[in-house]
Amino acid sequence: MEVTLQHYLAVAAMLFTIGVFGIFVNRKNVIIILMSVELILLAVNINFVAFSAYLNDVSGQIMAMFVLTVAAAEAAVGLAILVTFFRNRGDIAVDDASVMKG
Amino acid sequence: MLQGIAFYLLAATAVLSGLLVVTARNPVHSVLWLILAFFSSAGLFVLLGAEFLAMLLVVVYVGAVAVLFLFVVMMLDVDFVRLREGYATYLPLAAIVAGILLAEMIMISIVVVQGGAAADAVGPAVATADASNVETIGRVLYTDYIYFFQAAGIVLLIAMIGAIVLTLRKRTSVRRQDPGAQTNRDRKTSVEIKGVVTGVGVTGEELR
Amino acid sequence: MSLELLVTLGVFAPLLGAAIAGFFGRRIGDIPSQAVTTGLLFFSCAVAWTVFSQWTWGDLEPFTVVVSPFINVGDFQSNWSIRIDALSATMLVVVTTVSSLVHLYSWGYMAEDDSKPRFFAYLSLFTFAMLALVTAADFMQLFFGWEGVGLASYLLIGFWFKKSTASAAAIKAFVVNRVGDFGFALGIITVFWMFGTIQFAELFPMIASKAGTGWQFLGYTWSALDLAGVLLFIGAMGKSAQFFLHTWLPDAMEGPTPVSALIHAATMVTAGVYMVCLLSPIYEYAPTASLIIAVTGAVTALFAATVGLMQNDIKRVIAYSTCSQLGYMFFAAGIGAYEASMFHLFTHAFFKALLFLGAGSVIHGMHHEQDMRKMGGLWKLLPVTYAVMMIGTIAITGLGIPGIGGFAGFYSKDSIIESAFAAATSGHSPVGYFAFVVGIFAAGLTSYYSWRLIFMTFHNKPQWTEEAMAAHAHDHGHDDHASHAQIETHSEPLPDDHAHDDHAHDDHAHDDHGHHGPLKPHESPWIMLVPLIALSIGAIAAGFVFAPNFIGHYETEFWRGAIFNGPTNHVLHESHDVPLWVKWSPLIVTLTGAFIAFWFYVLKEGLPKRMAANEGPLWSFLYNKWYFDEIYDVIFVKGAKALGDFFWKVGDVKIIDGLGPNGAAWASLKSAARLAKIQSGYVYHYAFVMLLGVAGLLAFAIYTWGA
Repeated sequence: MEVTLQHYLAVAAMLFTIGVFGIFVNRKNVIIILMSVELILLAVNINFVAFSAYLNDVSGQIMAMFVLTVAAAEAAVGLAILVTFFRNRGDIAVDDASVMKG
Repeated sequence: MLQGIAFYLLAATAVLSGLLVVTARNPVHSVLWLILAFFSSAGLFVLLGAEFLAMLLVVVYVGAVAVLFLFVVMMLDVDFVRLREGYATYLPLAAIVAGILLAEMIMISIVVVQGGAAADAVGPAVATADASNVETIGRVLYTDYIYFFQAAGIVLLIAMIGAIVLTLRKRTSVRRQDPGAQTNRDRKTSVEIKGVVTGVGVTGEELR
Repeated sequence: MSLELLVTLGVFAPLLGAAIAGFFGRRIGDIPSQAVTTGLLFFSCAVAWTVFSQWTWGDLEPFTVVVSPFINVGDFQSNWSIRIDALSATMLVVVTTVSSLVHLYSWGYMAEDDSKPRFFAYLSLFTFAMLALVTAADFMQLFFGWEGVGLASYLLIGFWFKKSTASAAAIKAFVVNRVGDFGFALGIITVFWMFGTIQFAELFPMIASKAGTGWQFLGYTWSALDLAGVLLFIGAMGKSAQFFLHTWLPDAMEGPTPVSALIHAATMVTAGVYMVCLLSPIYEYAPTASLIIAVTGAVTALFAATVGLMQNDIKRVIAYSTCSQLGYMFFAAGIGAYEASMFHLFTHAFFKALLFLGAGSVIHGMHHEQDMRKMGGLWKLLPVTYAVMMIGTIAITGLGIPGIGGFAGFYSKDSIIESAFAAATSGHSPVGYFAFVVGIFAAGLTSYYSWRLIFMTFHNKPQWTEEAMAAHAHDHGHDDHASHAQIETHSEPLPDDHAHDDHAHDDHAHDDHGHHGPLKPHESPWIMLVPLIALSIGAIAAGFVFAPNFIGHYETEFWRGAIFNGPTNHVLHESHDVPLWVKWSPLIVTLTGAFIAFWFYVLKEGLPKRMAANEGPLWSFLYNKWYFDEIYDVIFVKGAKALGDFFWKVGDVKIIDGLGPNGAAWASLKSAARLAKIQSGYVYHYAFVMLLGVAGLLAFAIYTWGA
């Protein structure tokens, strides 16, 4: 059967949901959270590219490129923070990180 | 036909590996599943005719980001057993909300598409006869989106500086030279006159 | 020098004296201040007698001197003026005579005080205010004088302000007066509203035409004139210490005795009577108001007399006596015999001032002992005082033989009682019989307590010893010099809580008037006895000399329209034609009262003391002034405090503050605290919330875009 835009959008939606699901299921592992964020960004990229293909507009791909760039930057900084977090606390459980409470 | 099979295969792989990223017990496994997800998505991009982006995905995401993840996972000494506690408590609620979200998103996408988006699309095709994908992107990137391009560069620069600033540690055991401090020395801080009585001498402790 | 100018100078002279002594007293010294004030007051006295004699035996016509305009607002016109007619001439004489004699008396009485200029300044200030009151030609000046005497009364009662009871008494006097003044002000407003003017000359002719006008209030039609009359009388009740607003008068005895003599015997308390007689045109057309006046006056006369039976402080007995006699004056006015009321005011001023000053002489001689139970046997030691007190007592009890003559009180009091009977029989006043019976009964009580005072103070065995007197004065000598005179008033038995200052030893001799060792009560100096003698002449003679003018043959020529009698009011005329038994009854009850007093206090000495020691319910009721102070304390003082507390703690703090600033602050703090709990600090909570937000937005999008 023909692969239409909806199919690609559905795939992206599923990846997005999985990413979100991963964020708040993982209480104890910060790295998984960061990876879930990457999944979300990936899903968004798929969305952009799918629209760009079906609307014959290349700006979607440009947008995906920038998303990619920023995602990379964010992953780098996020991991740096994680490393510092780990150095200060000794483990990466987010469960106890509630200093910003109230 | 082939396209259909390829699509379903790649799509299934992507989704499944995404799920396994989140649910894997070992973080190293999670990273590996993530890499597989990226690869599958790159394949999807190729299907859509965006080869440049697909390669970008592989080179940057897989080659740099995922490897970075792997480095960090391996560097941190974490207790895996403890990490899984509390998983089951939150699973039902998260699953329900995620399910609702998924349903909504799919509905929206159906609505949007039926509302007229991509009404005149015959198929995925961006790379038309006149230019390749890369050339198309290049044409637009350095003209219309030049400012965003430069901004992206700055973002990367900042990220780099930020990462260095956060993680740099001075090692106390390494001896370094500080030319600035060397040239700024003055007599007061470096020389101390000690009167030594002739014949009596001075001990090592007194000199310290 | 024209009479107008003289009168103006006479009215303002005391003000000048008050200003000089008040502002420059410290600089010019004690003797000059006293001399200036006393001298100026004797000048006023001379002017007053000149005017009065010209009026009584000359052919002076009523006149008004306008000194300067005061208020000029539309219909409300008021001037500073001096009105001379029979009423004001009488009052001028009364006020200035008593005041000048009191000034003279105070030279001796206040000799040990160290604030003499202040005292004399206040006395003169009071006199000026009183003169402004009696010479007023409109309500505004009357009110000014009214308030002025209230102020002076406050200043003088609380003259020894270091004593807390004196300050409290001064405040009590002022506040109770204020209650009356409120009614008085409302009365003035009613009059102005009804007639559009407050000047007496314009007002009095208009009253007859408006008699019977009604006024709608709360769905009931009131008689406007009656309303005005009652409201104005409330002012008189406060000023003249009538029933319900009488509580301040006994406590006013905290002031020095000359003050009591001047203010609370002869002048300020009589301002109410003066006002009622002055406004006789209104009251003649306000029968309900007159009724209320008569009843209140009669009740007061009875009430005060009963309470006076039991008091042990010499000044309080005389104070209640004053209250009782004022009651007589008011019920005389209430039944229509205004002339008799004014005549009684005239004679009463003399003998009451005499009694007070005489009591002051006794107190002075007993070294500031005021409790009669500690006196006795003084008639040999204080002969002049004894003589004048006897004269005063005979005058107040109205001893005299009908048809022949007697001392001053005989003429005036008997006239009142006869008028009461006449009003009763002619039907002019519905409460005539009540007033008559009360008058007779109160006369008997008056006689009893007046003679009781004489017997306890001057006769019997001395209850004091010379050593006790020395100890008493010695105790006073230990006090701080200034406060020695301040601690004059011993009310009921006072706990002996004088502080003993060792350093006051050097004041010791000075305070004891140079006495050392055991002390005897001694006669007062001549400067205090001269006023006493002068007043006693008045107490003897004022009756038979002036009775024909005030109430007798020459009555109409004397008053010449100053007092208005309505067309049906013939009470005074008829009072001369009452049956013989009515004319003799006051004498009979007086003698009865005197005899009972004699029996209790001389023949069976000690009997009353044993009876009082039982402290039975009747004794308690009368001794505690019918528990009025206690009732007022519970109702008004505690009530006001409870109300204030309620408004403060509940109204202000709980409701206004609670709903307003404090409440808003508390609510915002509480809600902020609750909201802050949402900030758990956990990233996944924040992510979850974001997710929910996204789900919501998508749902909204589906809804609007129509899935």
